[in-house]
Amino acid sequence: MQEAMIKRAKELLADGTVNRVMGWKKGEFAYDTTPAVFETAEEIDREFVYNDFTQANQSKYLIKESRKEGKILALLKPCDTYSFNQLVKEHRIIRENVYVIGIPGGPKIDIEKIKAKGITGITNVKNEDFTLKIETIYGVETMPFYEAISVKCESCKSKKHVVYDELIGEDGDVLDSNRFDMVEKLENMTAQERYDFWRGELSRCIRCNACRNVCPACTCENCVFDNPKSGIDQKAAADSFEENMFHIIRAFHVAGRCTDCGECSRVCPQNIPLHLLNRKFIKDINCLYGEYQAGADTTSKAPLTDYRTDDCEPSVVHERGAE
Amino acid sequence: MNNDTLIPLIGVVTDIRQDTPDVKTFRVNALDGGKVFEHMPGQCAMLSIPGVGEGMFSITSSPTNKEFMEFSIKKCGCLTTWLHAMDVGQQITIRGPYGNYFPVDTELKGKDLLFVAGGIGLAPLRSVINYVRDKRADYGDVQIVYGSRSKDDLVDYKEIIDEWTADPNIEVNLTIDNPQEGWDGHVGFVPNYVKELNPSTNKTVLVCGPPIMIKFTLAGLKELGFTETQVYTTMELRMKCGVGKCGRCNIGDKYVCKDGPVFRFDQLDALPDEY
Amino acid sequence: MLKISASNLNALFDRIAEKQTLYIPVDREPNVSEYKKYESGMTMSKALNTVRSAKDFFFPQTENLAEFKMSGKTIEVKDIRKENEDFVVFGVRACDARSFGILDKVFLSEPVDSFYKNRRDHGTIVTMACTRPAETCFCTTFGIDPTVPGGDVSVFFDGENYFFLDNTPKGEAFVASVSDLLENGDASKLAEVQENARNIMKKLPLAGLSTDSFGGERLMEHFNSDKWAELSESCFGCGTCTFVCPTCQCYDIRDFDTGNGIKRFRCWDSCMYSDFTKMAHGNSRNSQLERFRQRFMHKLVYFPANNDGEFGCVGCGRCLSKCPISMNIVKVMKALEDK
Repeated sequence: MQEAMIKRAKELLADGTVNRVMGWKKGEFAYDTTPAVFETAEEIDREFVYNDFTQANQSKYLIKESRKEGKILALLKPCDTYSFNQLVKEHRIIRENVYVIGIPGGPKIDIEKIKAKGITGITNVKNEDFTLKIETIYGVETMPFYEAISVKCESCKSKKHVVYDELIGEDGDVLDSNRFDMVEKLENMTAQERYDFWRGELSRCIRCNACRNVCPACTCENCVFDNPKSGIDQKAAADSFEENMFHIIRAFHVAGRCTDCGECSRVCPQNIPLHLLNRKFIKDINCLYGEYQAGADTTSKAPLTDYRTDDCEPSVVHERGAE
Repeated sequence: MNNDTLIPLIGVVTDIRQDTPDVKTFRVNALDGGKVFEHMPGQCAMLSIPGVGEGMFSITSSPTNKEFMEFSIKKCGCLTTWLHAMDVGQQITIRGPYGNYFPVDTELKGKDLLFVAGGIGLAPLRSVINYVRDKRADYGDVQIVYGSRSKDDLVDYKEIIDEWTADPNIEVNLTIDNPQEGWDGHVGFVPNYVKELNPSTNKTVLVCGPPIMIKFTLAGLKELGFTETQVYTTMELRMKCGVGKCGRCNIGDKYVCKDGPVFRFDQLDALPDEY
Repeated sequence: MLKISASNLNALFDRIAEKQTLYIPVDREPNVSEYKKYESGMTMSKALNTVRSAKDFFFPQTENLAEFKMSGKTIEVKDIRKENEDFVVFGVRACDARSFGILDKVFLSEPVDSFYKNRRDHGTIVTMACTRPAETCFCTTFGIDPTVPGGDVSVFFDGENYFFLDNTPKGEAFVASVSDLLENGDASKLAEVQENARNIMKKLPLAGLSTDSFGGERLMEHFNSDKWAELSESCFGCGTCTFVCPTCQCYDIRDFDTGNGIKRFRCWDSCMYSDFTKMAHGNSRNSQLERFRQRFMHKLVYFPANNDGEFGCVGCGRCLSKCPISMNIVKVMKALEDK
């Protein structure tokens, strides 16, 4: 797959279709990859990588990149195409300046899940028929591939590319995912249990802003949490509840626009399952306004910014709260 | 436990003077009168209204003033807007003094001095000018070139006219950017005026003003034959702690709050251009 | 050398916790550990290191500096400082132990930061020698020997017993306070364990990384390097590297209106943040390139320039594991070093 992508990227550079390629760059280890923009075939040959570890969603970078001179090639996994579309819909990405190739997605591997097995000193990771062969300075270890699948890929919602100019490989379908299972579990908890769950999770937040900064739905030029005039631009919690507010407010702000790409949870250094907050909103929107998938297209009206006479009444909040 | 510099003292504002449409000069005393602390010309203090903000300001009064400290403050952001709205009698928090100072007792002693200031840039130099006036015998010729956008924007205009221009031992050259009714003085930008005045190159220069003015003044001085080692300025960057620990006001390996704010241009030349 | 058997370790913890607060690394998920206040029955983590560094013990993420009562035109300052209680941090690795020395250079230099000093004076650091380093480890680059971890007391594990070596008067007092639980033991196996770990360090992927190309004298050259654009290109300006870093110590001071007075607090800040140097009239580091450059220049050039050549990094590898885009100090060093 990597070879096919490199070949096509070099062709598009050579024939002038694009002047830059957005991809991933090799790192120090077998598993660390960095989003990067390539300008020459030589750079691509030297550093381009696409493997089980290239998880990062690149669509947010395209906001900036699509405003530069010339066209850029974007290699988008199915999940990334939803973010891309949503950003096009919000007039953040200039579509004409991006040439999109749809590429097969995951499941991707999360190195943290390998390390959680106590495996360390990792020098190489090979996927042999869905068994991971992990070479370490302490010897070779093996583990089933599926046990190392990243959280965001565990409940993949779609193998379908919702936008592309061309495809490498076959297109897939929207999947029947299990992504709301945990949300349902949380819904079935008592209010106190649910409160305790979130307080426990969010208490670990170190307010590094990685979730916000990586989020393709968080593209405000000046975030309310960075704006001194907002009165809530604190960098640390004044009390133990304020950290929770940061995440709750953020979830509200991206509600209806979050495509469930899972980047927030992927980047959290404290492993807080932030995506569950967003999924709760998605589930509620589906339930209250009918099925809606942010980023599935660039034209439909989003339920939360649209008015229909059969919209649910505000009283639904009270009714649900009483449950 | 010993005092911690981050825990401020309290001062009281005993006089407020509207200097220009957007600059006020605040007189600050300790609660029981006198000064909150001593300082040297060019040093700064952290002033704050708790809940509003804290900021670093140059102490504009001379250390030779034994009764009070003064701060000339331009209305610019949240804190300064609040300060401009307050009345006499308001208490503020104050900590310091912070930073180094113009070397009035060493390198500047016995020298002919040229002060070049633009707009609110006079604030830090006023401390030195009045220090030098009070110890006049210790210094050679003293010349001041000061300019602003208009006559109304000249800070401390009353003191300049009543005291500095009246002082036969110093030369004061004022200028404003554009002609204005009631102004028969020089018109033109400060850097050009300095060149026109063609000061002797044996003077030591202290310059403060907007970055663009400093840049062109320095270039003009060099054309006249001055070298970087003769020219001092004072810097301002974002500060929080005032003691070189919070990590934000650095230019290269130097902290403006601790190693500055006063720098000689040859020292600045050895640092990255990031200010 | 004084020792305790692995099976008795919790008895030791219980004893320490009787007299003062004890913190030990505990798994919150398999092999994901964090320092927790010890409660009887807790098991010490076997993970190499904690996700967050140990700097929190002396420089917490947020702490109150003072309180103000505002009434009319008057302001009252309340000094809320209290003498800290004694505490013990057990299981600190060599890298984190070194980081305290780096933080000391900032906070204990004049004017001394009394908030930091208070905690430092009352904390006893019990370190743990490394036997199984990870691929992200590069402490030896900064002259750290992970098999001799330092702190007030060094602890060595030979597979069966924990051996104690006090390094400071505070450490001596600590060992004395638990000496009835310790017994004299044969430490002959330790040398072999240490030698083994040192050999592993030599085989690690980052073993060849060197600081030779860095230091205060290379300031202008590195600052003006054309490499920064590429290195910083994908950085999205979060503070993860800063906040997991054991040596990052930049802070912000903010006020919080409680409705019943003002609390002035200090909290971690990151030079990666866009408002770090923002003033009412402008910003001296407007681009992410400049902010990214600041962080690494500080560690590799500015800090050694001001601190007798000591670098502001201990090679713990946390930023390597946690950066969302896998950009880190190792990649910066490799890009900037003399080829």
